[in-house]
Parts: sequence; C-alpha cells; structure tokens
Amino acid sequence: MSKHSTSQSQMIKVNKTKKRIIMVILIVIAIIQLFPLYWLVSFSLKNNAEIFAGNIIGLPEVYRFSNYSVALANGEIIGYFLNSVLVTCTTVIVSSVLGAMAAYAIVRMKWKLSKITLLLFLTGLMIPLHAVLLPLFVVLRDLDMLNSYLALILPYTAFSLPVAIFIFTGFLESIPKEMEEAACIDGANIYRTFFSIIIPMLKPAIATVAIFTFLSNWNELMFAVTFISDKAFKTLPVGIRAFVSKYTTDWGPIGASMVIAVLPTIGIYTLLSKQVQESFRAAGIKG
Amino acid sequence: MNKVLNDKKAIMFFVLPALILFLAIVVVPIMFSMYYSLLDWNGFGGKEFIGLKNYVELFVNNTDGFVKSVGNSFKIAFFSVFVQIPLALVLALVLAKGIKGEGFFRTVYFIPVLLSSVVIGQLWRQIYHPSLGLINTLLTNIGLENLTHTWLGDVNTALMAIMVPTIWQWIGYHMLLLYAGAKSIPTQLREAALIDGANEFQTNIRIIIPLMKPVIKICVIMAVIGSMKTFDLIFVLTGGGPVHATDVPSTLLIETIFSKFRYGYGSSMAIFIVIECLVMTVLIQRLLKSKSEITY
Repeated sequence: MSKHSTSQSQMIKVNKTKKRIIMVILIVIAIIQLFPLYWLVSFSLKNNAEIFAGNIIGLPEVYRFSNYSVALANGEIIGYFLNSVLVTCTTVIVSSVLGAMAAYAIVRMKWKLSKITLLLFLTGLMIPLHAVLLPLFVVLRDLDMLNSYLALILPYTAFSLPVAIFIFTGFLESIPKEMEEAACIDGANIYRTFFSIIIPMLKPAIATVAIFTFLSNWNELMFAVTFISDKAFKTLPVGIRAFVSKYTTDWGPIGASMVIAVLPTIGIYTLLSKQVQESFRAAGIKG
Repeated sequence: MNKVLNDKKAIMFFVLPALILFLAIVVVPIMFSMYYSLLDWNGFGGKEFIGLKNYVELFVNNTDGFVKSVGNSFKIAFFSVFVQIPLALVLALVLAKGIKGEGFFRTVYFIPVLLSSVVIGQLWRQIYHPSLGLINTLLTNIGLENLTHTWLGDVNTALMAIMVPTIWQWIGYHMLLLYAGAKSIPTQLREAALIDGANEFQTNIRIIIPLMKPVIKICVIMAVIGSMKTFDLIFVLTGGGPVHATDVPSTLLIETIFSKFRYGYGSSMAIFIVIECLVMTVLIQRLLKSKSEITY
C-alpha cells in the first residue's frame, strides 16, 4: 500500500518536472518570437553612438523620441504610409465586394459554367506572382501606368480574388437559403436580396477575407519594387528600403520608420488576434 | 425563385467584374509569359522567335547559375519540410493538448508572420553584422573568435544564413494550421488510447499524427511551393549574392529581366517556376495520399 503510493507520488513529481521543462521551452520560444518587436522599439529609441558601441540588444540609455520626429520630419514616411493605406484598403474593399458577388452567383445562381468558373478562380490560388510580373510590367509601361496607384491596386485585387472567393463560397454553402427565398416571395429583386440580405449575413466571412487581404498585401514587395520607382507612389516596404539606403549613417530614425511601418499590422493583431489567426487558418486550409 | 436564379443578366452582373479582372490580370498575362518565353527580346527592340532555346539555356550550357538557383530553392524546401514543419508540429501538439497559456503562446508564435520582410531583413542584418552583430559578439565573448564569420558575405555560410530567418519567420503559420488540425480531432480518441495503455508519445505518433495527415499535407505543399517562389527575404538580405551563393529562381528572374533586359529568357524562368509549383503540388498530393481516408 505504502509502496504503491510512493511510486504514484514519484510519478506525479516526474510529471510536474516534465511540465515545468515544457513550460520553460515554450517561454524561451515566446521570447525569441517577441524579440523582433522588442529589438525594433528599443532600436528606434537609440542613437548611432549606442548602436555602434555594441549596445544592439540592450535597452536604450536615453530614450530618444526625437528619432520619431526625424523620421516623420519631411513627410516622406507619412507619404509611404498613406500610399500603403490607400492601396491596401482599396484592394480590401474591391476584392471583398467583387469576390462576394462572384461567389454568390457561383453558389446560389443556376448557370452551366458555374463549376468551371469556380475552378478557374481556385486555380489562381496556386499561381505565383512571377507568372505575370513581366507581362503586367510591359502593359503598364506601354500604357504609361507604371508609378500609379492602379499599377498596384489592380494586381493586388486580382490576386486576392481567389482566396476571397474560396472563403465566400465555403461560407455561402453553409448558410440556409430560407431568408433569400422569403425575400424573393416578398418581391425583392435579386440585387436587393444580395445587397440587403446576403451581404449582412456574410459579415463574418467578410471580416475573414478583409483581414487576410489586408495583411497579405500590406507587406507585398515584388510588384511594389518593380512597378513603382517614383517616391510619390511608393508603399511602405519599398519606401523603407529607400529610407534605409538614404539614412545609412543615422540608424535611430530608420528604426523609428520601421516601427511606424509595422504599427498597423501589429495593432490589428493586438486588437483582433483571434480573428487574424482564424483568417490565416481559413485561407490556408484549401485542400 | 428558380426564375430569379436563372436570370442571365444578374449572373453577368455578379460574376463579370471579378472574372474580367481575373482574366485580364492573371490568366491572359500567363499566356503572354509563355509567348515571351519563346522570344529573344530585350523589351524594346524587335522580337525574334527562337522556339524553346531559352528553356534549353536554362539547363544546358547554363552560365548564369540558374541550375544552382533551383538547387538552392530545393535546399530551402528540404529544410522547411524536415526542420520547420516538425518543429511546428511539436509545438502544435504541445499547445493543442491544453496547456497553461495555450492562447498566449499561439498568439505570440505567429507574430513574425505579420512583420514585413524588409523589417525582418534589417533585424537579421544586425544579428549577422560582422563586427557588431549578436552572433559574432556572442562568439567573441565566449572565446570562440575563430568561429566568427561574415555570415551573409561568405559564400559558404550565406545560404544557411538565409535559411534560418526564412524558416523561423514562417514556423508560426505552420503551427497555427497544425494546431487547428490537432484541435479538430475528437478528444475521446486520445483518451481511449491513453486508457488502453499507450503513452503520450505513442498516442501522438500512432493516433494523432496519422489523423492530421490532411493538414500536414497542406503544410508540406505550402512549405515547398513557398520555397520554390521565395523572394522577399533573400532580395532584402543578399539580393542573391555573394556570387550567386543565395540566388533562387525569383531573384535571378528579377536580375535577368530588369538588369540584363533579357525579357524572353527571364520569362522562361517565370514559366519554369509556375510549372515547378504545379508539378510539386501534384507530386506531394500523390506521395502523401492516404490509402484509405480515415473518417471519424
């Protein structure tokens, strides 16, 4: 009896130690994953002397908020920021609306080519941007449209449509048709039904699509770097690169500008971490 | 109702905007890429039709290191599949079992996915910095000066130095997908196995992981495809250098088109990447096909 209970208590002890070890490992990984944010913020408050004296990971000796005023001074970073907001938000709105419309017609309406159309859009999930980079560049150049907002908004929207349609069709299939039928019997036409019955019901899916579209386009680099060379239209990833090469001698403001660049994504994640994770999961699981 | 849903005009109203945009910006340009890939063209002057010569140049008597760049992307894919995904899987299983702070850890592990590669690039540049960087400082402090390196500048270490951040940045994404997969497995299965005397490890290997096969397959596909078309971090960190040591097809493609103005040849690289992605997707689907899909 007593023998039995000691072995049991030993086992519990072993289990507890095992749990502790796992916890320590998880915390260490958490620190590694959080390190970039810590590094970024502390870096943005230091000056060259500190950084080059080898204080790369420590806290700043003096908190130099002036780095932010230098970074914001000539409006360059603000300009990139606003360009990113304009391009990304337009992409989010247009691809959500067009994606929802197409998904509705594909799932609910009756026409011969609906299956093939869906298949076509879903193949788009596998197409890498490289496939269209040069032809789009040539067309944009010939139409004199390089260095414009549309040069980014159009491709971003087109490449966001497959994921949007994938998520919307899945969601539409899961919601009942009764509401639409009732609206139809009450004499609402199909456009009204879509915009005042379907769109409100799609809200959770719209949130998923919007979050994913926003986060995946905010950081896009390949199109941005090839289609835009004019400062006036640069988005943040390209703008920050330009800023870095311009201020190579003054690191603090570079750090500050990068903090400004990641603020929206980290802000959204802090406020909506559950929904962000859900949208990445939904966009990822596509069979 | 049926009449309403058959309305051709309404169908066109709903589908055409998305379809036209998609055709114009994705489908038609791919066809143009295919056409360009058969040309000798510098983007401005005349186009000369040369058949498959560009594709031959990619692999036979290649001088710009394309074959090596494909090899590099496969090395990245290899490490993603055999290092990144197993790590993510272990984390996902530990968290999915229900541990204190489950939500917190999941949330934190995902953060690097959200950061711009330009920012991640700057971070790792400082970590790898030859004189001030974290790694070399650490090595010097523990008396291993002779191991210090110009990590990104040395042909022998550059590719490894690229892979570490690439793998690190996306671990959280795979973990998230695998976590969702593990969570969707009914807890009774785990409990039944434990009651039958299987230990934690056996339960995971024999019961949980086989049931997660569909999600694991998705992760493998995404990791491999992601490596085939990887661009951002390499472009930011090394641009493909030193001496092509870290070149992957996409960095070489950008250089070929926008620095060497070889539009036709660059297009053949683009088409190669597309075909490569499609073939790898089908191949992995086949390889990891479950003989009998388990349902529960």
